[in-house]
Amino acid sequence: MEKAIKKYWPIFVAPTVAAFCIGFLWPFLQGLYLSLCKFTTLKKVTFVGFENFKYALTDPEFAHAFWFTAAFTVVSTIFINVIAFTIALILTRKIRGTNLFRTVFFMPNLIGGVVLGYIWSILLNCVLSLLAKPLLRLDATYGFWGLILLMCWQQIGYMMIIYIAGLQSIPNDYLEAAYIDGANSWQTLWRVKIPNVMPSITICLFLTLTNSFKLFDQNLALTGGEPAHMTEMLALNIYNTFYGRSGAQWKGYGQAKAVIFCVLVIVISMIQLRATRSKEVQQ
Amino acid sequence: MVTHVQRLKNGITTALLALLSLAWVYPVVMILLNSLKTERAITTKGAFELPTAETFAGLQNYVDALNSKGFLSAFGNSLLITVTAVALILVCCSMCAWFITRVSGKVSKLIYFLFVFSMVVPFQMLMFTLSATADKLNLDMPINLCIIYLGFGAGLAVFMFCGFMRSVPVEIEEAAMIDGCNPLQTFFRIVFPILKPTLISVGILETMWVWNDYLLPYLVLDRKKYMTIPILIQYFQGSFGRIEMGPMMACIIMTVLPVIIVYLACQKHIIKGVVAGAVKG
Repeated sequence: MEKAIKKYWPIFVAPTVAAFCIGFLWPFLQGLYLSLCKFTTLKKVTFVGFENFKYALTDPEFAHAFWFTAAFTVVSTIFINVIAFTIALILTRKIRGTNLFRTVFFMPNLIGGVVLGYIWSILLNCVLSLLAKPLLRLDATYGFWGLILLMCWQQIGYMMIIYIAGLQSIPNDYLEAAYIDGANSWQTLWRVKIPNVMPSITICLFLTLTNSFKLFDQNLALTGGEPAHMTEMLALNIYNTFYGRSGAQWKGYGQAKAVIFCVLVIVISMIQLRATRSKEVQQ
Repeated sequence: MVTHVQRLKNGITTALLALLSLAWVYPVVMILLNSLKTERAITTKGAFELPTAETFAGLQNYVDALNSKGFLSAFGNSLLITVTAVALILVCCSMCAWFITRVSGKVSKLIYFLFVFSMVVPFQMLMFTLSATADKLNLDMPINLCIIYLGFGAGLAVFMFCGFMRSVPVEIEEAAMIDGCNPLQTFFRIVFPILKPTLISVGILETMWVWNDYLLPYLVLDRKKYMTIPILIQYFQGSFGRIEMGPMMACIIMTVLPVIIVYLACQKHIIKGVVAGAVKG
């Protein structure tokens, strides 16, 4: 059978692989090479070695973007997962209207990042001006918490769905056994429910982690990095380095930053892979 | 056994959840209410009030958005891109995944590894080079964008299809081949129908991504000629000297509404698809 299928490779594999080369592989390799070059268009490329990386690693704006992203990632990951898990716990307790609530909480997830960003920028700016506080684009602190709020609104529903699926897959016997042994609901939560949904927890943690770390659309739409690049996250910083300035050196700097960013994301994903694998062994 | 205390407790939680879900839909409702007001009435102070007889503008903002702001063409482009890209991803990637799970060897392994690797790489890494490549190959029209989406979205799709394919017994396919089916017939008559649940999951995840994607079409498409909905919404903020809030909000509502309708209609599949995608991804 293998031989018969093998002959058909031009039909089965070739289209996808060709598109993959155009859409991913070639641009990726070219991007790697260009991070070592100075260029404005692809026609005029000069090799400069690690010059770009030197600049990227000493750029204070890039460093600020990194710390801002890191802080945002940690805070949003904690908020989203704690709230999502709590709601999932309540919704699996056979309360009236569970389906309706689930529907409502999940909804924002389907609305795209840019649209979400504008909805929230209108809403938050109205609230802030009623309270006579500076607008989102004028104050980095409000910008930060605005982003957190927006991210929570969008992601909690998604994570909640995954937690609900995890909680529902716990065999009822476990819960009954805990009940008969006289465990109160707090003990049941920590000794039975949480250990059994550990796989879901790892998945959700890393999903929120990577989503927050790679955030672009919401950042662009809600604060646009204002004021003065203070709320700029890594992805937006790279974008602005590429397209926000004129000058022969910036594209190379941007590409070098992108490579650093890419390496960071790969490292996070590797840790994730490790974590999920080790959890699977335990079970 | 439900005691009185418990019933009371449940009642309180339900009430709290109801309040929370009201807060959840409020941002969208607020935009909806304001999109019905006249331009002058949309101020930061009046934003939280219901439209009154004086400020009620009817559907004027919607008419404006449809007539002059290019909403229809942007909507059409988004629809065209999403449908072609997702259809192409589903067919091509499932074929590719079947091939690399059934034909073992180093090449298959390498292809699989590359696909999985591509899931991890952030878009910013290839932003510039991808748009340059697309320019060179004349892919800057909406209909051609599906090729780039096939390339960039293949990772997740192939990964999920391969995961499912491994659990499908080979015997059925072998039987079909012995009965005289060629691989193409075997795939489309036997394997493709079995894949249905995964096709739905992958389709939903890719649709959510392509429909909402902003940066890729923004950089690749010929911006003067073609817009998608996210680009249009961003354009409102960026380019007009004074933002016309009314038509902008009307656009937002017209963007969100179809999504909510589709969601309510196939909620079950969407939620299942999301769970399946998350557990495997």
